[in-house]
Amino acid sequence: MRFQLTDDQLALREGVRGLLARRFDGAALRAAMDAPGLDRALWRELGAAGFFALRVPEAGGGVGLGLPEAVLVFEEAGRTLLPGPLVATHLAAGVVDGAAEGETVVADVDPGGLVEWLEEADVVRGEAAGAVSLNSVDPLTPLHRVPDPPPAAVDPAAVLLTAAEQLGTATRVCELAVQHARTREQFGQPIGAFQAVKHLCAGMLVRAETARAAVYAAAVTADPVDIAAARLLADEAAERGARDCLQVHGGMGFTWECEVHLHLKRAWVRARRGGGGAESEELLAVDLSA
Amino acid sequence: MDLAYTPEEEEFRARLREWLAKALPALPPKPSPLDWPGRRAYDLGWQRMLHDAGYAHVHWDASPTTRLIFLEETETAGAPYVGAGFVGLLHAGPTIAAEGTAEQRARWLPPILRGEEVWCQGFSEPDAGSDLASLRTRAHREGDDYVVSGSKIWTSHAEVADWCELLVRTDPAAPKHRGITWLAMPMSAPGVVVRPLRTLAGSAEFAEVFLDEVRVPVANRVGAENDGWRVTMVTLSFERGTAFVGEVVACRRVLGELARTARENGRWDDPVLRRRLGRLNAEFRALWRLTQWNVSEAEASGGVPGVGGSVFKLRYSHARQELYDAAAEVLGAESLDLERSWVLDRLSSLSYTIAAGTSQIQRNIVAERVLGLPKGR
Ligand SMILES: Cc1cc2nc3c(=O)[nH]c(=O)nc-3n(C[C@H](O)[C@H](O)[C@H](O)COP(=O)(O)OP(=O)(O)OC[C@H]3O[C@@H](n4cnc5c(N)ncnc54)[C@H](O)[C@@H]3O)c2cc1C
Repeated sequence: MRFQLTDDQLALREGVRGLLARRFDGAALRAAMDAPGLDRALWRELGAAGFFALRVPEAGGGVGLGLPEAVLVFEEAGRTLLPGPLVATHLAAGVVDGAAEGETVVADVDPGGLVEWLEEADVVRGEAAGAVSLNSVDPLTPLHRVPDPPPAAVDPAAVLLTAAEQLGTATRVCELAVQHARTREQFGQPIGAFQAVKHLCAGMLVRAETARAAVYAAAVTADPVDIAAARLLADEAAERGARDCLQVHGGMGFTWECEVHLHLKRAWVRARRGGGGAESEELLAVDLSA
Repeated sequence: MDLAYTPEEEEFRARLREWLAKALPALPPKPSPLDWPGRRAYDLGWQRMLHDAGYAHVHWDASPTTRLIFLEETETAGAPYVGAGFVGLLHAGPTIAAEGTAEQRARWLPPILRGEEVWCQGFSEPDAGSDLASLRTRAHREGDDYVVSGSKIWTSHAEVADWCELLVRTDPAAPKHRGITWLAMPMSAPGVVVRPLRTLAGSAEFAEVFLDEVRVPVANRVGAENDGWRVTMVTLSFERGTAFVGEVVACRRVLGELARTARENGRWDDPVLRRRLGRLNAEFRALWRLTQWNVSEAEASGGVPGVGGSVFKLRYSHARQELYDAAAEVLGAESLDLERSWVLDRLSSLSYTIAAGTSQIQRNIVAERVLGLPKGR
């Protein structure tokens, strides 16, 4: 058993991290907030880097990697708050023309009735008739609601890739909290020396690391029950982590300027996918008495 | 990243499974939890069987993955827990193996492995728990002996132990972490008095140990004089790193039993309860994956238990309490009846966030050693 990242996987993660640091840094994040809309050039670059074609077989012109690699890549996307219908376009690669290359932007009607990036999409999969625009809580994810979504099974791969994005958020907000706790001083010492702050940070790490083990294992087994578990753990790690990060930042955490609210809001959006975690909980309950 | 076991590991699993299927039916009946001598005999008997079948060493020199398989399979088969062998097999033994002299290893290790001698852990004192390094039980040298006086508390299995891994202060003038020494004390030595303490679960799992001018040969010192803190850290990393693997398997089994009971008594129809059980399933699946992750990491780093143990212990000890709280929800009013299964387990789960380093102390460890936050004043 070698349940650790391989050298190739570590290199892949470094590569994606490097690309996103160059192409979607803090300044780009701010710019995206001021000018809503999808950055098509970036989308094509992601396509060229294999972001969407990652799991398309080599014979079909793709990169030919698997779910574990996809999970690592989506984790990085989650860390940087990369906007756009990433999961939908990734899942459409090899099926919808141009999706793999990042030429075509694909949006999915989520079984829970939400559509992300409907107006920017070139192709919409699912029945979006009558979609009503919402004033999205996440400034970087435009949302529509479909009145009566036809019942559809939730795609486990979509659930897992979303969990990977949540894991990225959980890891990132823990880093942000720790950075702040080391530098911000009150009462003559860094606030990170106070146990109340320390314990918030430790809790964030424990949730993130537990979620990491669940998400990576689910990527290896691709088992829907493992994926359901990964989802619940990752949602919790992201949402609670972002909240605690906000707390560690104090008043600054409550401002628009501080990046923390963006992580929390994105975590909320992702946590609603597939109609929320209820279906996963039921699946896991049934698994117990099987 | 993979979860596949090697052919050798699978072969080990298959042989163990085969042996367990033959060995377990030959076990004597389990003694009552209140029958301490009976429990000692039962636990040691099991260790003896493991020894005779060639599995005695598994906690010490098997690879981390092999050990994981051992714990997974024994627990799945319903084999006895290490029980009274806990301190010997999981703390004192590995510590002596790592830090002891050749004579000390020859004296103490074989009886632990053969299931002949029980050890207990004399670390905590009434005024030194979380702040273990402030311990005050003192020892001074007289000829070839240390003379020890003081008292220890919360000593699990003290009543039935032959040996105690004892921390004593040998240099009161030194900074508190520096003046401590690790001794192996025979529990039969004159001057050792054990007074059992009743736990909130009603049984006597641990005891107070009073030490009045107890003579312990200098030859029983493991590590150098005043170097006991370092030796102790070796012990504690074993305690936190590897102690709970089998328990995660056991918790997953309990969860399955809860679901079956809920189906039988109708509680399953309550969606809130059902989803709570589903969430616990996610929790224990994740804890199992975290275990595999930590074991793989230990494997890669040459078997040293890492700080992942603290992350695991924090999450696990709370999850275990949530599991038995959910059990109470399934049982309803019967959860107040001590005769029902899970009620005693619910009570004993309360110790998990205290023993082996409280959750608060573990959070300090994670924050300072993993996240690098500054030490508080
Ligand atoms: C079932 C059981 C079995 C045990 N078996 C053994 C054994 O065999 N051998 C042995 O030596 N010991 C044993 N112990 C003792 C155990 O290790 C101690 O109880 C534990 O380390 C806590 O110490 P304490 O009881 O003195 O509590 P205290 O240290 O007094 O702690 C009381 C409370 O204060 C908090 N606290 C203390 N210091 C801090 C801090 N710095 N920051 C934040 N909070 C803090 C604690 O978290 C706790 O909530 C056992 C305990 C139990 C419950």
